[in-house]
Amino acid sequence: MTLRADVPLIFERSTPGRRGYRLPELDVPETPLEELIPQEYLRTEPPALPEVSELEVVRHYTQLPRRNHGVDVGFYPLGSCTMKYNPRVHEDLVSLPGLSAIHPYQPEETVQGALELIYNLSEHLAAIAGLAKTSLQPAAGAHGELSGLMVIKAYHNHRGEGHRTEMLVPDSAHGTNPASCAMVGYKVVEVPSNERGGVDVEALKKLVGPNTAGLMLTNPNTLGLFDENICQIAQIVHEAGGLLYYDGANANAIMGVVRPGDTGFDVVHFNLHKTFSTPHGGGGPGAGPIVVSEKLAPFLPGPVVQKDGDQFRLVMPEHSVGRVRSFYGNFLVYAKAYAYILSHGPQGLREVSATAVLNANYVMNKLKDVFELPYERICMHEFVLSGSHLKKYGVRTLDLAKRLSDYGFHAPTVYFPLIVDEAIMIEPTETEAKSTLDEFIEVMRQIAEEAKENPEMLTSAPHNTPVKRVDEARAARHPVLRWKPEASGEQ
Amino acid sequence: MSEKLLYTKEHEWVLVKGNIVRIGISDYAQNELGDIVFVDLPSVGDWVEEGEGFCALESVKAVSDVYAPVSGKVVAVNEELEDSPELINESPLDKGWIVEIEVEGTPQVGDLMSEQEYAEYLKGV
Repeated sequence: MTLRADVPLIFERSTPGRRGYRLPELDVPETPLEELIPQEYLRTEPPALPEVSELEVVRHYTQLPRRNHGVDVGFYPLGSCTMKYNPRVHEDLVSLPGLSAIHPYQPEETVQGALELIYNLSEHLAAIAGLAKTSLQPAAGAHGELSGLMVIKAYHNHRGEGHRTEMLVPDSAHGTNPASCAMVGYKVVEVPSNERGGVDVEALKKLVGPNTAGLMLTNPNTLGLFDENICQIAQIVHEAGGLLYYDGANANAIMGVVRPGDTGFDVVHFNLHKTFSTPHGGGGPGAGPIVVSEKLAPFLPGPVVQKDGDQFRLVMPEHSVGRVRSFYGNFLVYAKAYAYILSHGPQGLREVSATAVLNANYVMNKLKDVFELPYERICMHEFVLSGSHLKKYGVRTLDLAKRLSDYGFHAPTVYFPLIVDEAIMIEPTETEAKSTLDEFIEVMRQIAEEAKENPEMLTSAPHNTPVKRVDEARAARHPVLRWKPEASGEQ
Repeated sequence: MSEKLLYTKEHEWVLVKGNIVRIGISDYAQNELGDIVFVDLPSVGDWVEEGEGFCALESVKAVSDVYAPVSGKVVAVNEELEDSPELINESPLDKGWIVEIEVEGTPQVGDLMSEQEYAEYLKGV
């Protein structure tokens, strides 16, 4: 069956008078609405809700996801996003009433199990990071960055070194790093990369100084390359009085192999929705816990869970930067990540990373003769190709990405990192079988051929999806953010 | 008019009229950026420092800074870009101009490239 490009919205399916459910007869005396709600809060007109039957609702919402691409539908090699498969057993687990039917306002003594889960997960993440204490509060990766920088700032201020306002950020960094710096009022100092794709150590030496608050680093970085100079980099920053922030977006490459704390990092954030296999995209919700060294622990966002004997209590760290999230963060996400860690165990997590790295190297080596590989090294969990050689056929990386949809693959991350022209960033993850990787390799090679022989096939792609090439510029210039009823004249 | 233009290594063009310097981005630059969807213009009266970013161009690919080839005060901005950022793609050297900067004294543009020099420079990019 061919999926149509234009699907009516549920509002547009509305037929006056149609209904999906009839409320039962009222079996108590009716009280007029005006007696229950003050006049000024009452509507004068009924809300414009769609009038549809139950079957129409079921069909509408069953058809919509058939038009989506998700990891449950096909391969999703979106670099820097770790789109691994999320085990279904996690959903069973979080539907247990002890997890799903509790409330954050309950007295501590009635939710000891939940607090124990938070405490244990915090301990496990600290062990994986090689650092001392965790706050699970931040709700996403960039939120973790912001919270981590707030901790660094609070630490410097507490020591009377509030003049340290420069944060070093490599030119290959995730865009969220400089954005987070700006959010806490730090000045971003860009650190160039060297010819091996790592931090240019000589340049770094010149950039650190008395105003250095720290360095934000992703390791492996956004090129999928592990910076071998990390211990020297840490030493340079520490000697200047700065702290090291670890962007954990790429932690899927290092679990059980390298502990960031051992290489000099003072703050780490993890993306539970990447590395620890909790749902991702479309709002998740995510979780971006931060783990810090002993000296930074008093500044962590709170509350955090403390263990006193066999009791678990919620406490605010002594000099806490405060709350960064309502209540205790996205608790059910913690439960899924906790299950993931326990079911794998230390050796299993190590194998997760080893397999993720192996898969990426396999795909990279099978593609490097047809695409440019700007940094030819053993990669970690992802790698970056360049599509710049396709320009001579009038084809851009964007066209290649669109064409992949025709073959049932999600596009890789494109045009990032910024230091690679026409970048294509591929992260296969550990959950894909070799046969899937082989299919993807075959299709990538075929598309590279098409670019030469039939470039139009790429520049007008996708052809096999319900929605064809979208006008991205128009979408960005004139976004339609929500449906508005035509009749109301609402602007 | 384009024969009077001078170019920077960062792919801006400048047009000098007395002590006023008009700035935009080159055709090569707009092509590399792709469709520009938003221009974060400076305000008239802002001081810009040579070598520093004073304006951000957001395209469907990335956000890029436009660097000031001279120091001076912003005396005019192309307000049409607020509603029609596509002018930079459609007419980078003319209707897509971005700002005019007033410099103190004579603009120091001796280091900039002529059209021919810029064309040569692009071959090596």
